[in-house]
Amino acid sequence: MKTLNKLVAIALPALLLAGCELGSKEQEQVGFRGTAMVQISDPDSKAKVGDIPAPPYELTAEMIAGDRASTAYENVPVLGNVSVDEFNYLMQAMTTWIAPDGSNVKDAGCTYCHNPENMASDEKYTKVVARKMLLMTQNINATWAPHFSKQENAGVTCWTCHRGNPVPVNNWSTAMPEPGTITGKKYGGNTPAASVAYASLNFDPFTDYLAGKDNIRVGGKEFPTAASQAAIQSTEKTYGLMMHMSQGLGVNCTFCHNSNNFAKWEDSRPQRVTAWYGIRMVRDINNNYISALGDVWPANGKGAYGNRRGPHGDPLKVNCATCHQGINKPLGGAKMLKDYPALKGAAPVAAPAPVVAAAPAPAETAAAAEAVKPAA
Amino acid sequence: MAVLSFERKYRVRGGTLIGGDLFDFWVGPFYVGFFGVTTAFFAALGTALIIYGAAIGDTWNPWLINIAPPDISYGLKLAPLREGGLWQIVTICAVGAFCSWALREVEICRKLGIGYHVPAAFGMAIFAYVTLVVFRPLLMGAWGYGFPYGIFPHLDWVSNTGYQYLHFHYNPAHMLAVSFFFTTTLALGLHGALVLSAVNPAKGETVKSPEYEDTFFRDLIGYSVGTLGIHRVGLLLAMNAGFWSAVCIIISGPFWSRGWPEWWTWWLNLPIWS
Repeated sequence: MKTLNKLVAIALPALLLAGCELGSKEQEQVGFRGTAMVQISDPDSKAKVGDIPAPPYELTAEMIAGDRASTAYENVPVLGNVSVDEFNYLMQAMTTWIAPDGSNVKDAGCTYCHNPENMASDEKYTKVVARKMLLMTQNINATWAPHFSKQENAGVTCWTCHRGNPVPVNNWSTAMPEPGTITGKKYGGNTPAASVAYASLNFDPFTDYLAGKDNIRVGGKEFPTAASQAAIQSTEKTYGLMMHMSQGLGVNCTFCHNSNNFAKWEDSRPQRVTAWYGIRMVRDINNNYISALGDVWPANGKGAYGNRRGPHGDPLKVNCATCHQGINKPLGGAKMLKDYPALKGAAPVAAPAPVVAAAPAPAETAAAAEAVKPAA
Repeated sequence: MAVLSFERKYRVRGGTLIGGDLFDFWVGPFYVGFFGVTTAFFAALGTALIIYGAAIGDTWNPWLINIAPPDISYGLKLAPLREGGLWQIVTICAVGAFCSWALREVEICRKLGIGYHVPAAFGMAIFAYVTLVVFRPLLMGAWGYGFPYGIFPHLDWVSNTGYQYLHFHYNPAHMLAVSFFFTTTLALGLHGALVLSAVNPAKGETVKSPEYEDTFFRDLIGYSVGTLGIHRVGLLLAMNAGFWSAVCIIISGPFWSRGWPEWWTWWLNLPIWS
């Protein structure tokens, strides 16, 4: 008994301490003093800013001004208008970004997308996907500037998400249907799921909010009545999505919100407006680019390079973590786009409508929030 | 407030910790003592400073008056009065007043020759407060981590501090503290009800002895902790509630920076099933 006591006396504190993060923390106050709006992170456990591969070679103005790719190559509908030199430069970079030579990716290098006998052929589905992804990247950079810092060359490249992988590491697909029996049925939650930062919340907030366009805000302006739609389940789903966003960006709730009133734009930080645009950007990506490829994605078990769909058969899609990877500014906010002008895309086709019926225009309130001084 | 005749015999000299006989007197029903004087001093000064803080603040609305701690950037230094310095002095006053009050309780215990259970129990509440506004700020390296003095402001602080860890209900010490708080009220409710049921008999019946109380619980759950034991249980539950409250906040920040749900991954990752 005495030995057991000793064992417990040694093991218990050791076990408790093992879950700890010792040492000093990085701290950033993001609200008025005393509101406890502070970002706290442990230097050892927080996500590291990823490396950025150097451009293939220096792209000079002469190269950019050279003959158009459409004059030299066939079947270049998206990049036909860039120069031959820049085209090849970008192709080389894309290879490094997505299926780098020498990696253990099957057909790594140019042949991941191209038939080496006929580079213009679309016979490999990966090439069709890559074309759509180029359009997507251009669209992101041209249309979704409000999600970025609006600074010049802020935006994304393939590397922002892919990081040398054919499929970005952080992705999602609709969760498996649950059994109808009592055993094993989890009602969409009750699981320490990584997708919601290990909380017992609804573990698939993505299908409804990042592919579907369900209203994320669950609070109403009036006192709830029997007719109110906001159920505790929808509240938990919203909470689940917010858990994902926090985890994906390596920040806590107070990065965007003052929890005094989550919904109130005036008391929120401008970052919430950035996130508002980000949610709509992700919907655009998932619906108009990834899901829009439809049957280009091979059925699971049929593709040459492994599964590209989830258990429901929907393609692997993006969420906040796909780009952010635990960092509030992906890649530490590096202006990678400056080396790849072809990815900037044309001027916005049509600016997205930022105003939803229930919310005030975030663009305006953000400016107001910055101007308003918090009460002393 | 007249002194009842039999109270005289308890008003004995001595037992003071500091000040000897100097402050060993009563004002009406109140024992003064050295620590009574310091309590009054700190409480009056702290209250006056809070009123001053309200006067230089934005509002006289009692819900919204806010004496906020300094910015994190001040670290453990003193801040200008209007930028958190006031909070720092009020905190000193509060700690001084609370500790004085506890030591005054000690002196009274010594006079009466009773145990120190009451000051020990009150000490747990002081410990929880000092953990919030002194120990945790010291560990984090900035007074700015203390909570602001104000009704709504301190609630906002609690809320935001919880959301710094995404979902505070997953904090293991918070779970214990909440459970102890609820159990404390349950135990107090049961105890109070049981005593009243025995000493408030129906008309014409006699007051029942503690044996009846014991028998009630023996019949109900097979065991009665007893008349003395229930107070030990109550003290244990209540002090644990305060203690684990202090633990749950001291580990949030100094020893954990991520969401509390994620902390439990140590359990998920145990080699037994992972």
